[in-house]
Amino acid sequence: MPARRALSRLDVLESEALHLIREVAAEFDRPALLFSGGKDSAVLLRLAEKAFWPAPIPFPVLHVDTGHNFEEVLEFRDRRAAELGVRLVVASVQDSIDAGRVVEQEGRGASRNRAQTVTLLDAIAEHRFDSLFGGARRDEERARAKERMLSFRDAFGQWDPRNQRPELWNLYNGLIGPGENVRAFPLSNWTERDIWTYVDQDGVELPALYFAHRRKVFERDGMYLADNPFVHRDPDEVLTEKSVRFRTIGDMTCTGAVPSTASTVAEVIAEIAATKVTERGQTRADDRASAASMEDRKREGYF
Amino acid sequence: MSLPTDAEERSFAPADSLLRFATAGAVDDGKSTLIGRLLHDSRSLLADQLEMLELVGRERGDDGLDLAMVTDGLRAEREQGITIDVAHRYFETAHRAFIIADTPGHAQYTRNMVTGASTADLAIVLVDARNGLTEQSRRHAVLAGLLRVPRLVLAVNKMDLVDHDHEVFAAITAEFARFTAELELPEVTAIPISALRGDNVVHRSDRMPWYEGPSLLEHLERVHIEDDRAAGDFRLPVQYVIRAPERDYRGYAGQISGGSVHEDAEVLHLPSGLRTRVTAVDTADGALAEARAPQSVSVRLADEIDVGRGDLLCAPDAPPAAATELTARVCWMAANPVLRPGTRLLLKHTTRTVKALVTAVHHRVDVTTLHREPAAKLGLNDIGEVGLRLAQPVFCDPYERNRLTGGGLLVDEATHATVGAVMITEAR
Repeated sequence: MPARRALSRLDVLESEALHLIREVAAEFDRPALLFSGGKDSAVLLRLAEKAFWPAPIPFPVLHVDTGHNFEEVLEFRDRRAAELGVRLVVASVQDSIDAGRVVEQEGRGASRNRAQTVTLLDAIAEHRFDSLFGGARRDEERARAKERMLSFRDAFGQWDPRNQRPELWNLYNGLIGPGENVRAFPLSNWTERDIWTYVDQDGVELPALYFAHRRKVFERDGMYLADNPFVHRDPDEVLTEKSVRFRTIGDMTCTGAVPSTASTVAEVIAEIAATKVTERGQTRADDRASAASMEDRKREGYF
Repeated sequence: MSLPTDAEERSFAPADSLLRFATAGAVDDGKSTLIGRLLHDSRSLLADQLEMLELVGRERGDDGLDLAMVTDGLRAEREQGITIDVAHRYFETAHRAFIIADTPGHAQYTRNMVTGASTADLAIVLVDARNGLTEQSRRHAVLAGLLRVPRLVLAVNKMDLVDHDHEVFAAITAEFARFTAELELPEVTAIPISALRGDNVVHRSDRMPWYEGPSLLEHLERVHIEDDRAAGDFRLPVQYVIRAPERDYRGYAGQISGGSVHEDAEVLHLPSGLRTRVTAVDTADGALAEARAPQSVSVRLADEIDVGRGDLLCAPDAPPAAATELTARVCWMAANPVLRPGTRLLLKHTTRTVKALVTAVHHRVDVTTLHREPAAKLGLNDIGEVGLRLAQPVFCDPYERNRLTGGGLLVDEATHATVGAVMITEAR
């Protein structure tokens, strides 16, 4: 028997995450896992795979597709779901727009981020999901820092930060009424660096966008946005080709790239160690709208 | 205050060193400022977070950085300048990684202090040097003791407003020692600080030459945290049965909540009382020779026993009680209803949820004097001892022996709200 070594902090965080994933699978009838193809949801999917091994993941994955996603990410999403044999449910913001449930924003800074909430809540109702796993981390943003691991949402999908259920020890109160649901966040206590260290140690595959590549970008508010057909580009916003990578991946209209030459996981980790800017601060235009943008979106039902 | 501008790289903590700590203090004791200071002076705030602080400060017409704004994430918190709910913060130094459960000081949010303390390795109780111990600081010490947080720091803040006077610090420390003598707090460290000015928070201050101890951060970096969960008797509440018929696989998954287990170990199954042997301790990354708390694993057993969620696998020579009558300390977290004899609730204990009836309220604890006083009921934020009768047994230890098999949640059956925290003292 090998000598007892101290559990690493990733061992502890992984165990905590597996525990929450199994609790939700045991206590809820219709869970689903939000999978966007980003690094956090790729790690979340790996953890779900581990929680039920050697049995398959006992719930579907759900992607809320804004219609403005990177092609590479959609390819990765479809391939990973097929490899794991999980059912992939795609809820489309475009469908919500076509059905008149959402009005498309226009002009500079327009994004479909807010519209995702309507599509998500519609998908929850349509598929009668009672619990959704999300890859949100509390270190991302200060409204997220207030989240419980298991977060209660009322029948309108709303989060009430003043009235959250106390969460003690490793006990999660999963009792809900009809129409209500919970969001479960197994990665709550992980930091950006924990995610990357886990990706490194566990060999988690990620879309190539996370590593340095040459791409046509233009600069806006100190961020490099990828050239894409969905964003309204002003005449003075000139395209240049640069070596960049993405720190977060979301809607193409509001996810910025960072200049980088990091082409391996180890190089990315070194780059994070040296950075002076947070992940969302550097790459998410939607969080900059006001000091409370994330809080406002979460209250409406965003994950 | 200036932004960090030098190109110094942040160093990362060793992988095996993680400290979870909770902070508690009354309103205006400066708790948010302390955390802001800790993050700022340890260079854990990045440029955009500092910019956001400056932006918010300008919007409010303030001069300079308000460090409290680092932690107050909600709109109402920023508007009212108070902390509403537990926020979790993450930072690391070259020595250790930290998870801070930043818990509000208002009495009405005591339940959040309980939430933060339940998983903490250490609690910081913040006291305003000008006011000394208040009812809230006593309450926080009592809660930390009740929840068996293994280590406590008494941070005497605002020393700059009492002329850095050693006498003031000594008097508060002595009063705290007298008060906590009756609590079972294993280790208390007192540190005089000024969160606003940064004295003894990250860097040691020369304004208090009479103080020879470490700064708060130095203490947090060095305090010994042993893996005490793994020291007790083996407990595995069964959480989920994993079946893969095509591979002939049947494993019982859960998070080990005490002690350790190894391949070939003899275990007892509750409620059946049958003994069997562990044939494998599995993870997706391969079988383990041994696993211990708090690892999440899946075990296979030698014999076909009917095992399901809510059952428990444990050390055969040291089983927990299978109890339907409990005596427990309760922190009641609801304004309505109150807890009184006859109240019907659900008890969530490990992976089992059972119906519970309150049979008695034995006493209420006055948290300022620690006196037990007779009480007919417990109201919001009251702490007391009650009797519970359960519809089905739970497999439990006294809380003082195991925080996970000795703790439970009380849930209101009608509203599904979590209304109480239970710490079992006796089980029959």
